[in-house]
Amino acid sequence: MAGVRLLVGTAKGGFVLTSDEGRRDWEVEGPLFGGWEIFHMQGSPLDTDRIYASQAGGWFGQVIQRSDDGGRSWNPVGNEFSYATVPGTHQWYDGTPHPWEFAKVWHLEPSLTEHDVVYAGIEDAGLFRSDDAGMTWQELQGLREHGTGPKWQPGAGGLCLHTIVQDPRDPQRILVAISAAGTFRSDDGGTTWKATNKGLRSGEIPDEDAEVGHCVHKIARHPTRPDTLFMQKHWDVMRSDDGGDSWREISGNLPTDFGFAIDVHAHDPETVYVVPIKSDSEHYPIDGALQVWRSTTGGDEWEPLTRGLPQKNCYVNVLRDCMAVDRLDDCGVYFGTTSGQLFGSADAGDTWAPIVEGLPRILSVEAQTLS
Amino acid sequence: MVRVLLPAHLRNLAQTGPEVHLEVNGPVTQRAILDTLEATYPVLRGTIRDHGTHKRRAFVRFFACGEDHSHDAPDDPLPDAVARGDEPFAVIGAMAGG
Repeated sequence: MAGVRLLVGTAKGGFVLTSDEGRRDWEVEGPLFGGWEIFHMQGSPLDTDRIYASQAGGWFGQVIQRSDDGGRSWNPVGNEFSYATVPGTHQWYDGTPHPWEFAKVWHLEPSLTEHDVVYAGIEDAGLFRSDDAGMTWQELQGLREHGTGPKWQPGAGGLCLHTIVQDPRDPQRILVAISAAGTFRSDDGGTTWKATNKGLRSGEIPDEDAEVGHCVHKIARHPTRPDTLFMQKHWDVMRSDDGGDSWREISGNLPTDFGFAIDVHAHDPETVYVVPIKSDSEHYPIDGALQVWRSTTGGDEWEPLTRGLPQKNCYVNVLRDCMAVDRLDDCGVYFGTTSGQLFGSADAGDTWAPIVEGLPRILSVEAQTLS
Repeated sequence: MVRVLLPAHLRNLAQTGPEVHLEVNGPVTQRAILDTLEATYPVLRGTIRDHGTHKRRAFVRFFACGEDHSHDAPDDPLPDAVARGDEPFAVIGAMAGG
């Protein structure tokens, strides 16, 4: 049966939601790993039954769970994320050197081409790869050892590697994003990296056009247009058409260009979604009106999508990994809020409805399209 | 046999009950207990103390015989009552729930 499975990570456990193609009635399973922070859950693009979850907590550290049956059962796999070399220091919030330390796994990204390969982005920023479905992890230390590492600084959530974008044409080409360092691309499978931040401007650093130090919040890409990247930066929505070599602003008529989440329509690479958030300290929608904004022109021109979304007294945030699309013919769009509301649209954002309300603070939303 | 009390999250992870019994070789110390615990339940590696450094995680404490042994040296002997199995060695999550 065709349908959709949503993987929802929250501050107090994971949830798996399933629906048929209609996407009106959802079965909710969870909480999985109740009481633990499930920072991210992600399915393999090669095998929808294989799902990874980053399970973490202040008490007992990092655990990685893997399911091979679509989330019905889970087993802990490897949780040792040791930097390959002495990690040195990065900048602390006040600009002083601070030792690099592992905190947690922010993002898991299974390979587009190899069944048992999965990448993990961690805090403090590093990229790890597993070739055995998560049992063991090896750092791709060329990224952390990029000469600019001592200039990287944490965003409010920590110095986190939160975005891993693979190129469907070339498994050697990987782009990552780090808050607050910027984006980096490897063209050799993660051995060497270059900063890809030309065009980004950030008022929060002494040199607004610096090579690194930008607080990139999320990057999205359509699989048929690998060189086109859409970015929600701390402030500014940006676009690259050369794989990150250069960026230009596409904020256009957005009511605020601060935000966290961004995604691309499943079938139209020029249709982009963001959730504008009032400001860098006021992490809620303007006037308490929760709105998704959509551009069908690849940016610059945006329209608010409000039907079915609360338009008053809604002071929630939508975090960076909390928006996803499915790949059914009528593209579904989903997002989760810090107040535990999960909204869905089965018509590419024209209308919305709550799928479930009252979950713990939502940390991530991913969509699997089932055939 | 040394008795070790585990908090609920670690019991779930190790798929065991609240108390596990371990045959600890040699002097009964924190290190010996945790080495044996992790060898018996590998899934607990990294959850009580860090991989590599074996440093106790910040929000984990060790209690025994009504005393806090969190800051003892890892090779200090624990009370005889723990070694005999009369009293458990308790792994506790700090009061920091949120």
